[in-house]
Amino acid sequence: MAVNRRDFLRISGLGTLLGLGSMATQELLPPGKALAQQYLPDGKALKAKRWAMVVDARKCLEKVEQDGCRDCVLACNRVHNIPALPDPKHEVKWIWQERYENTFAGQNHEYAEDALRGKPFLVLCNHCDKPPCVRVCPTQATFKRDDGIVMMDFHRCIGCRYCMAACPYGSRSFNFVDPRKHLDSAATDPKFPTRMKGVVEKCNFCAERLAEGLMPACVEVCKEKALIFGDLEDPGSEVRKVLRSRYSIRRKPELGTHPEIFYVV
Amino acid sequence: MYDKGKIFAGLVIFLCVFTSPIWYNVVTGKAAYKPDPKLPVREKQCVAPKETMIASHMTLLDTWRDKVVREGDREYVAWDGKVHSISLSEGCMKCHSDKAAFCDQCHNYVNVSPYCWDCHVEPKEKK
Repeated sequence: MAVNRRDFLRISGLGTLLGLGSMATQELLPPGKALAQQYLPDGKALKAKRWAMVVDARKCLEKVEQDGCRDCVLACNRVHNIPALPDPKHEVKWIWQERYENTFAGQNHEYAEDALRGKPFLVLCNHCDKPPCVRVCPTQATFKRDDGIVMMDFHRCIGCRYCMAACPYGSRSFNFVDPRKHLDSAATDPKFPTRMKGVVEKCNFCAERLAEGLMPACVEVCKEKALIFGDLEDPGSEVRKVLRSRYSIRRKPELGTHPEIFYVV
Repeated sequence: MYDKGKIFAGLVIFLCVFTSPIWYNVVTGKAAYKPDPKLPVREKQCVAPKETMIASHMTLLDTWRDKVVREGDREYVAWDGKVHSISLSEGCMKCHSDKAAFCDQCHNYVNVSPYCWDCHVEPKEKK
């Protein structure tokens, strides 16, 4: 069958019109079951404008003097699957005890009172308001959440350790070895992932527990109530009450990182 | 035609070598198998229709991890209005509780090794 030029143009023109028309009608139709999806925060989650912690060093020290309490450290290690590594150079720490002189380097002097000298203080990530680690991270693996928590996205960490160099508090640890090899697989908590060799980790203020409406593990386990956790922006919060009534210090405030861990001594 | 014998002999050898995988499979029956992921018994409906899950579960998981870690959104409202908790160990693996019988089936078949389980703790085998 021979089609002449005129017929060919007529048919293809009609075809185009039909095609365009059907597209328009398709757009007019309701989307129907086109995968509507939505994400919501957990209803139980604890919320704050600015999470912060107060360490009541006096209460803590008294207890440590008594029986060498390390409840918070152990609780954190358990909840976050932090291995006990044999080589101290490979140590992974989220919350740990540090000597007074090292905790408040620059703020102490050699004639400090006996009650403080050489005594262990609890240290952890300060969740700085101006976190230097976040500024240097090339992949934005570490970032500051709206509620002030400085978080790690382990998925994104490439292990360059810039953040470790930037952090003035030594709050970050690098996984030099595969942590799984040093974890008891029966005691591993499936709720929190372990890490792999080559990523940096640190305290996350128990963001995963806050999301479930729970207080951070260290705060929850402290029988002395020496760790006080709350919203710094809320004038009625427990942390604000303590900070209003007692003298508090922070670690290396002169660096301008605005640490959000306060020590009352 | 010159060297007729050599050419045809060569062609026959070539065809034998070329089709050898087929013959290998005919003889042993091992090379070709269909991956058979075991679907959960108690739950019939996943967070999206089966076809979507098969085709793009990896994209969904990627979105989920960003939502949870970076934005703190831990609940997912599926297309059918059901609310699911976003978690690999505590969500997905609550139904798909056997990694070897589910995930590994297709992943091994297509020779991909996602590194989820380098960090996330896979559910322990029930004994």
